[in-house]
Amino acid sequence: MSPEILLSLLAATIQAGTPILFATLGEILTEKGGTLNMGVEGMMLVGALAGFLVALHTGSPVLAFVAGGLAGMGMAAVHGIVCIAFLGNQVVSGLALTIFGTGLAGYFGTRYIGQTAPGFDKFSLPILGELPVLGPILFQQDALVYTSYLIPPLMWAFLRYTRWGLGIRAAGESPAATRAAGLNVLGFRWAALLGGGILAGCGGSYLSLAYTHLWTNGLTSGRGWIAVALVIFAFWKPGRAMLGAYLFGGVMAFQLRLQAMGTALPSSILLMLPYVLTIAALAFSSWRGHRTEAPAALGVNVEPSE
Amino acid sequence: MMRKSILLVFIALLALGSTCFAEDLKVGFVYVSPVGDAGYSYAHDQGRLAVEAMDGVTTSFVESVAEGQDSERVILNMARKGYDVIFATSYGYMDPMLKVAKDFPKVTFMHCSGYKNAPNMANYFGRIYQARYLTGMVAGAMTKSKTLGYVAALPIPEVIRGINAFALGAQAVNPDVQVRVVWTKTWYDPATEKEAAKSLLDVGCDVIAQHQDSPGPQEAAQERGAYSIGYNTDMSSFAPKSHLTSAVWNWGPFYKEMVQQIKDGTWKSQFYWYGLDKGIVDIAPFGPMVPGDVQKKVLAKKLEIASGAYKVFSGPIRDQAGKEKVAAGAVMSDADLLGFNWFVQGVVGTLE
Repeated sequence: MSPEILLSLLAATIQAGTPILFATLGEILTEKGGTLNMGVEGMMLVGALAGFLVALHTGSPVLAFVAGGLAGMGMAAVHGIVCIAFLGNQVVSGLALTIFGTGLAGYFGTRYIGQTAPGFDKFSLPILGELPVLGPILFQQDALVYTSYLIPPLMWAFLRYTRWGLGIRAAGESPAATRAAGLNVLGFRWAALLGGGILAGCGGSYLSLAYTHLWTNGLTSGRGWIAVALVIFAFWKPGRAMLGAYLFGGVMAFQLRLQAMGTALPSSILLMLPYVLTIAALAFSSWRGHRTEAPAALGVNVEPSE
Repeated sequence: MMRKSILLVFIALLALGSTCFAEDLKVGFVYVSPVGDAGYSYAHDQGRLAVEAMDGVTTSFVESVAEGQDSERVILNMARKGYDVIFATSYGYMDPMLKVAKDFPKVTFMHCSGYKNAPNMANYFGRIYQARYLTGMVAGAMTKSKTLGYVAALPIPEVIRGINAFALGAQAVNPDVQVRVVWTKTWYDPATEKEAAKSLLDVGCDVIAQHQDSPGPQEAAQERGAYSIGYNTDMSSFAPKSHLTSAVWNWGPFYKEMVQQIKDGTWKSQFYWYGLDKGIVDIAPFGPMVPGDVQKKVLAKKLEIASGAYKVFSGPIRDQAGKEKVAAGAVMSDADLLGFNWFVQGVVGTLE
């Protein structure tokens, strides 16, 4: 593999990993607050469509990206009403959210298939973009990729050092103790869930605004599920989410380049690689006993006080 | 008296109505994807609109019908509602349609891209590979790196045939051109298909062709300043700076001919496989970057293929390993073409 191909492979890795990174970070935030939301795929799809439609009608990619996030938040709110307000089963509600989101986006989006909307294009960051090796890989991307670099450290600091972050983690670890401390458990759970929805919606709209400038039914093609799996791989840590998302994106980009270079391996095997990797990563992290790093009250509903 | 005359008028109206509408042939279409996709189903729907414009014919369609049981329900429903002709335009509709055809002997069934027949069910498809040969000539003339990229859906004979025709066309104008193939196993996944095109551009391809319905590969070519060849419909609007031409479907004339034959009672169940001769397939207008002499050469070849003077798969043709598969002077039969399962020399890629 020549150095140019390697550089371009790594740049493609970042791009392919970015939508998954947004979604994984969103699910980490949600689960830190104690809510399990398996509806990531549905939230991403609705976010992708909302972003695409706003871009198509207003011509403003920034507005479109915001709309994608808000749409993801709206979907998360549905989950919140079912699980936080009415104490519904979180697994069932999450699965339903994915089915609902797929149908909703298909219903409103079908007529827009085949149209092109304005979106984010790549540009080189001043100074950083000129760096050897790192420049072409990390800093000749689009604005949304640059945004995604900032979220893991911010989220890490937020969860570790701020009152809100500590409150969210407390609501996910021990709702009873949190309530005894006089904190609003449900408020923190709502905040984590809605924040996670925004990030999932952003991840979806990355696909329709930057990765391509197109919409199609099922545009996310399983990336939401990968994100749910990567949360466990990441041990609920934002930094490790980056590792997981880029690993997955890298394998995805790598298998296509392997084909382009002319390998004798059957393409069916190559296309399987990213998913095999996900299963292997999950098995590995469970085997190491890291499952215990999950928030203690994850998936457990909290009765409203009074 | 009054009541009687009203009744008479009513009867007269009914009679008038039945003479007006009785002969309207009802034609239904079943599509696998949305008609708005600017791709495969859109092309079929353009054909439907041509039929709709005929006298004494009404048409309707159902889009995004999943292959398998869903399609059987849709086809059965059309047959029950009194449709005279039903066109099902995807491979996976074959067995469901055959099942319904047996129960409705008076309805004419037309299945696209399959191989099973019944007395009232025919198959049809177009020789899109002829158009692909021509697009290959354009790509071969435009490439500087002598490496062409082909983003392909699934390794089935239809797609393999297209890749081979494209490679032969390119080699006809530029003998040592290579065609590199990447399989995506998708028909419409813009993200994956775009990424596949980028991976081909990374290894030195400077013209990207595709056999999927999404314009993702076109976007990738334009972003990198390379050239692109579209499929299904004229894809120039997605990548005006890179689009050389497209291999396109033009179903209108064929659909009109079939419906006319059914109206006249001359229709027979058979396998229809028309090409440039009937105008079912064609190439889109050339982009402004294609030089005049290349255009002239390609259009001359188009006439030769349309008239039957030139066959795309005429020997000598060698396979990837260099072994001669078709001797000089021989021409591959339709049966061989329908079962194509090997790549010609100069194609880099696997068949799995």
